[in-house]
Amino acid sequence: MSLATVKENVSMAKNQSNAVISTSTVNGIVFDTKDLNLWYGETHALKEINLTIHEKEVTAIIGPSGCGKSTYLKTLNRMVELVPSVRTTGVITYKGKSILDKAFKVEDLRTHVGMVFQKPNPFPKSIYDNIAYGPRIHGIRNKKILDEIVEKSLRGAYIWDEVKDRLKENAYGLSGGQQQRLCIARTLAIEPDVILMDEPTSALDPKSTLKIEDLVQELKRNYSIIIVTHNMQQAARISDRTAFFLDGEVIEFNDTDTIFTNPYDKRTEDYISGRFG
Amino acid sequence: MAANSEFNHAADVKGMIQKNKQSKSIQGKLEKVIPILLFLFAIISILTTVGIVVTLLAETIEFFKRVPIWDFFTGTVLKPLSQNPQFGVLPLINGTIISSIIAMLVAGPIGIMAAIYLSEYASDRVRRVLKPLLELLAGIPTIVYGFFAFTFVTPLIRSIWPGVEATNILSPGIVMGIMIIPMIASLSEDAMTSVPNSIREGALGLGATKLETTFKVVIPAALSGIIASFVLGISRAIGETMIVTIASGSSKNFTFDITESMQTMTAYIVEVSGGEAAAGSTIYYSLYAVAMTLFVFTLLMNLLARFVSRKFREEY
Repeated sequence: MSLATVKENVSMAKNQSNAVISTSTVNGIVFDTKDLNLWYGETHALKEINLTIHEKEVTAIIGPSGCGKSTYLKTLNRMVELVPSVRTTGVITYKGKSILDKAFKVEDLRTHVGMVFQKPNPFPKSIYDNIAYGPRIHGIRNKKILDEIVEKSLRGAYIWDEVKDRLKENAYGLSGGQQQRLCIARTLAIEPDVILMDEPTSALDPKSTLKIEDLVQELKRNYSIIIVTHNMQQAARISDRTAFFLDGEVIEFNDTDTIFTNPYDKRTEDYISGRFG
Repeated sequence: MAANSEFNHAADVKGMIQKNKQSKSIQGKLEKVIPILLFLFAIISILTTVGIVVTLLAETIEFFKRVPIWDFFTGTVLKPLSQNPQFGVLPLINGTIISSIIAMLVAGPIGIMAAIYLSEYASDRVRRVLKPLLELLAGIPTIVYGFFAFTFVTPLIRSIWPGVEATNILSPGIVMGIMIIPMIASLSEDAMTSVPNSIREGALGLGATKLETTFKVVIPAALSGIIASFVLGISRAIGETMIVTIASGSSKNFTFDITESMQTMTAYIVEVSGGEAAAGSTIYYSLYAVAMTLFVFTLLMNLLARFVSRKFREEY
């Protein structure tokens, strides 16, 4: 079987369980958020969020700590629901389908919307098994196909040359930067459409950070990427659009160039010029 | 004096320290002596173990002078009190292994299911109530369990399965399993709870369901702890005494029929040391040989536990 059929296999497996997710976008928009409010217990963490995420672009979310940017990111694949006291109102559509409905299967959403976390979190398994985990739980068992997926994913995350001779070794033997690229490769293995990145370089040294940034530039050819970052230079370097969050609200959302050169809101200007945050 | 100390405060402190330094020679000695004392306390348990092993070994050797070691380990007939006594240990080893297997068949699945529930599914509130309750089970004296096996579980089994004898190995095996559940549940739960949440999130983020996350990520990551809890459970079952003594009788049959009475190594020791084993008789020395065998069994189990928990460790 060729790799083209791998994608078919994955999407077939996806379609069997839930046929609602189409592969085409509406007007190039992946996520459309309308009037989203979110509470952690009594804390109003997201207030009236309206945002559109475009296909095959890098969207950066910036803002000071506690502004709700990670919460918003985790709402997009409903990981935020792991906190039991979470409550939401409003609508998020992913390719035209409303995802916050309880009836919408989160597992399907998360197969289309992958996530890379703040701290590298490989499984305590071999490098190979880390990559193969996703395809395996989605029903791909053929060894040859798995081998292909593993190589393709590791190449896609630019880590293949560093690990190709040690695929059977534990992933925890890798450096922090390598672990993070492994986690990106693990996400690529199930061929999602969107990759959410929650401060993916905050635990890494400058050199590893640069590698991840280069990787993001490469990945945007095939994936829509949403990246939360503390680092404004990073947002300026790698993103096409930037959203500035403050106290749970979107203050400004625009082309990255505009945000960084000519913001219309005073608070955006203050934040990006380092006056607070 | 008061005025003096007010004006020459610094000098006084210096003098006091100087004075104290001289008395420090005693303290210096204490600094050296106390660690030695502490060391002695630390090795007490080791010395005790060594003492036990030496005693066991000496008496066991005496036993093997009277009964050939080969006959002891291959003999299927144990008749210590007959005119023509025979000392085959296999019936006891058989009873021990069978009761331990029954116990683990009960404790293993139930213990691990309970651990999965507590670690992955129970809310904090439920866990805070359930876990201590479960651990309370471990505090029940084994004689109570033995009584429970004999007066409740055996009649219950016999009402369903009339062929079961009044004393049998099945009932104490099951009750031993119940006794071991908290140990396996608690240790496995500890192992699973210590798997970092970030790893669970990684799996869920790939579209894994909760079950897939639990069985394909959390359990493999906690496997060393889970296996160690199993091995400790087995070693507890092997060493368990009161339950089998009460509920399994003292028949020294060499049989695989779980409806019959069997004797374990521990129960044999209880029976013989409570009976008329005159010091110096062969039956008296047989106690030591059986105890030594038991000791080796549990020692091997503990070594196995160490080995597997190292071998299966998934570092995180």
